[in-house]
Amino acid sequence: MFDLDGWQEIFQSIGKNKLRTVLSGLTITFAIMLFTILLGMGNGLKNTFKSFFSRDAENAIFIMPNNTSKAYRGFQSGRLIEFRNHDIDYILENYGENIDYIIRRNQRQVDITYKNKKSNYSLIAVDPEIQFLERSIPFDGRFINKSDLRKKSKVIAIGRLTEQDLFPEGVSAVGKYVNVGGLAYKVVGVFSDPGGDNEERLNYIPITTAQSLYGNTDKVDQINILYSSNLSTSQAVDFGNKLVIDLKDRFDVDPRDQRGIRVMNRAEGIQATKQTSGALDMIVIIISIGTLIAGIVGISNIMIYIVKERTKELGIRKAIGATPGSIVKMIMFEALFITSIAGYLGMLIGMGILSYSAPGLEKYFIKDPSVDLGIVIFATVLLVFAGIIAGYVPAKRASKIKPIVALNDD
Amino acid sequence: MTSVKKIRDIKKDQMIVFKNIHKSYPMGKESLHVLKGLDLHIKEGEFVSIMGSSGSGKSTMLNIIGLLDTHDAGEYFLNGQLIEKLDEKKAAMLRNKFLGFVFQSFNLISYKTALENIALPLYYKGIGRKERNKIAFDYLEKVGLGDWANHLPSELSGGQKQRVAIARALVTQPKVVLADEPTGALDSVTSTQVMELLREIHEEGMTIVVITHEEDIASKTERIVRLVDGKIMSDEKVNKKVEM
Repeated sequence: MFDLDGWQEIFQSIGKNKLRTVLSGLTITFAIMLFTILLGMGNGLKNTFKSFFSRDAENAIFIMPNNTSKAYRGFQSGRLIEFRNHDIDYILENYGENIDYIIRRNQRQVDITYKNKKSNYSLIAVDPEIQFLERSIPFDGRFINKSDLRKKSKVIAIGRLTEQDLFPEGVSAVGKYVNVGGLAYKVVGVFSDPGGDNEERLNYIPITTAQSLYGNTDKVDQINILYSSNLSTSQAVDFGNKLVIDLKDRFDVDPRDQRGIRVMNRAEGIQATKQTSGALDMIVIIISIGTLIAGIVGISNIMIYIVKERTKELGIRKAIGATPGSIVKMIMFEALFITSIAGYLGMLIGMGILSYSAPGLEKYFIKDPSVDLGIVIFATVLLVFAGIIAGYVPAKRASKIKPIVALNDD
Repeated sequence: MTSVKKIRDIKKDQMIVFKNIHKSYPMGKESLHVLKGLDLHIKEGEFVSIMGSSGSGKSTMLNIIGLLDTHDAGEYFLNGQLIEKLDEKKAAMLRNKFLGFVFQSFNLISYKTALENIALPLYYKGIGRKERNKIAFDYLEKVGLGDWANHLPSELSGGQKQRVAIARALVTQPKVVLADEPTGALDSVTSTQVMELLREIHEEGMTIVVITHEEDIASKTERIVRLVDGKIMSDEKVNKKVEM
């Protein structure tokens, strides 16, 4: 399409007209750089929002009883609401089709001792399905299971960091006995948890063991539900609302009482996240398109200026035998070359700035800012294309001017 | 008459033939009639000057000869070839093949060296880089600027620039060199040198047409055509060597 000589001609023109080259190049570089950075920051913000909700299972509802704050149906305010095992059965009976797992959860702080090492930990008595909610992964031994629950075994699954705290390096906790608040429990497994340090110092025992050992009650501190994955986010929100109204009625709690029975529904968070990240998407898209349009306008102006500035040169070239086609081709290829290189440069700089500044941006809720390479390349191609189109029109016109007119242009 | 017959009418040694050439420029609603029926024959190897005051139409005439502009009516033969309905591409090729230009304002490309400026027409002729630089250098030496090959136009004097421009006009070995006020921007000493150079080139057999409004420049050529108000007023041979 273009011989070596043609390229040499273009390189000379580019190299000898540095201001022109730098001007047109900078426009593109800057536009692509801004585009990359803005897009990356936007993605970073979105990542932050998403990460807020990804530590535990997303389809979780937490129900916590407490003291009422309003008098209702003849009861005084300040009455303590308590769940019991049969409340679990009630929920399953009425809402079973919406529920994958329902988990009883009693939590207390205890000292756990192994040999001479001792520390204070959260001890959580639960149904084994808590594993699906917390996303705990046993990497040594196993998690507590149904059989432990049935036998009311004195077994414990400890967090990775609990093991690290209490056991010497290289010694597996599995099979050892630890002293939990004065009672010996056998460690059946050590788990890791994506929730981070805090959740890797949790320790789980079967709820039945706790209920029989500590006071022989059937009290339940907290009910966790993993709602069915078949539910849409809005259905899950509805389900949560319906459940809490029903439970408030069952326990004679004023429907307006925010304390007596508290419900945290992840679905609401997801809904909010979806809306927020949708809004963020819109903002990022608008800003990105704005940046690109600014870039397109910029490169178009510069191309028109360049061709105007070169009118006389083009006239000389025509007088000594350049065909109109060769004139257009020369300008097009120059534009193509400069804008491609400049766009690539802008992409590199933008990505460089993103990855360089990423660690410092976490405190501004921008996490792991990165861009889809395809989108940036698309933007670059768009600008290059705009530059070429913007150059083509005046170049075509210049190539049609009678050389004598072009020569008289000063 | 068909155009084939017309061509037959023209003798082989006629380089430039104008038959009743008219040219007007639109000036708003009016139009300005610049050339009012010119008839002119220039043979191969002639050294002609076209004289006239400004507005006499001499530049327009040169532009038409140089295919830089088109005529409205009449017939123009260049090297026996009827010039009509030329598109820009054909005109560019004919210019490259037959014509060399020398302008008053030199019209060198500012970011190219003397050598590169001279080599440029060869680039459009499709000659390879090494070859064209060699040819260009030969012509640069011919105009006495061999030592200035790598200088930019801004580093050359007016006379040197015009010599570079002349070398550029010659480098494609055209049939005709057209010079539009080649000494217009030069002092008298330099003007004389440039005209000497043109004379030398003429003596090698080149057809040269010079546009000027200066008598002493015209007097250095061998034929003076005087234009007044778009018409040829006189056409006389001067300085014709006795042996011819």
